[in-house]
Amino acid sequence: MNATTDDLEARLRGGPSSTGTGAGEALERFRHRATDEDLVDVAYATMDSPVGELVVAATPTGVVSLAWDDAMLELVAAKVSPRILELPARVDEARRQLDEYFAGTRTRFEVAVDLSLSNGFRREVLRTLSTGVAYGQVVTYGELAERVGNPKASRAVGSAMASNPIPIIVPCHRVVRSGGALGNYSGRDGIVTKRFLLDLEAGSPPLSG
Amino acid sequence: MTLPPFEQVLAAHGAEVHRYLVAGVGPIDADDCFQEVMVAALRAYPGLRDDNLRGWLFRVAYTKAIDAHRGRARRPVPVDEPEPHLAPVAGPEPGADDELWLAVRDLPPMQRAAVLHRFLHDLPYRDIGAVLGCSEAAARQNVRVGLASLRRRVATPEQETA
Repeated sequence: MNATTDDLEARLRGGPSSTGTGAGEALERFRHRATDEDLVDVAYATMDSPVGELVVAATPTGVVSLAWDDAMLELVAAKVSPRILELPARVDEARRQLDEYFAGTRTRFEVAVDLSLSNGFRREVLRTLSTGVAYGQVVTYGELAERVGNPKASRAVGSAMASNPIPIIVPCHRVVRSGGALGNYSGRDGIVTKRFLLDLEAGSPPLSG
Repeated sequence: MTLPPFEQVLAAHGAEVHRYLVAGVGPIDADDCFQEVMVAALRAYPGLRDDNLRGWLFRVAYTKAIDAHRGRARRPVPVDEPEPHLAPVAGPEPGADDELWLAVRDLPPMQRAAVLHRFLHDLPYRDIGAVLGCSEAAARQNVRVGLASLRRRVATPEQETA
């Protein structure tokens, strides 16, 4: 009796031998179903780039965050919505434009952005920056402060840059110190990445001929 | 409380919820049931006020498994065609596993869920009670009665008619 009981319990612990179609396929079906039923508030995917692997996330409004790791998604979950799924197709256009940017063939991003992660003055600064400072140009923190109508707020502009949720697309790398120093950069490898991006925009097209 | 991105919930618990459903509703219905569980979970997720995400997910799975059983009860069963995934495979005791899991699926919902959480997930009775919304004692009782029922059907099936 005991032997039988133990055997039965062992078989229950082992689970059924058949797994059906498997969890992987079921998960893929679920991603489609969640999309069809409009239950995904934020879709994201990763991509390789010359400045390291990037995580691109978007709401139906536009790109909401771009980051060097998926820790940023936790902030998105807290501040926008936790209904976040990895759905590469939903960020394909943004990833394509980033690829073109890194290849030197794109000088302007034409994807909508969603600045939900910023508010007030910081959002205003990021908005001004993304429309007002073109590819290959730089402005100083003070000049940007002036453009938003608050010339004494260069430090606040600095912290707006540091909290930029969509670096590269909202080009905080184009904001530098007066006197020629680069200032800070909060992306991976900090100033090295900032230098890389400015060189990319200053240089001759890498895809020549 | 802060909820992690739902993708993390899927990564942490998706496979084990699927396995639980294969065990509890069978390989044929598990896929559709899994969709129902996850869609319901994702729908409710932003309003969730429970930091035991795993327990919550299995409560959803419990409810949806009952729905799946009801759905199957309404469906005509093709008697002559065995479920393709359960086709006999080479092994010491072909078909023995199938018989056990068919018997598990025939248990009343609370007993079935309690037995699966106890053995498939190795949960203590207190945690089983938390997932099923019953006391620790009731969880223990459901496991005991469910096991006894399985033992009767699986261990000595011939003696029932003798």
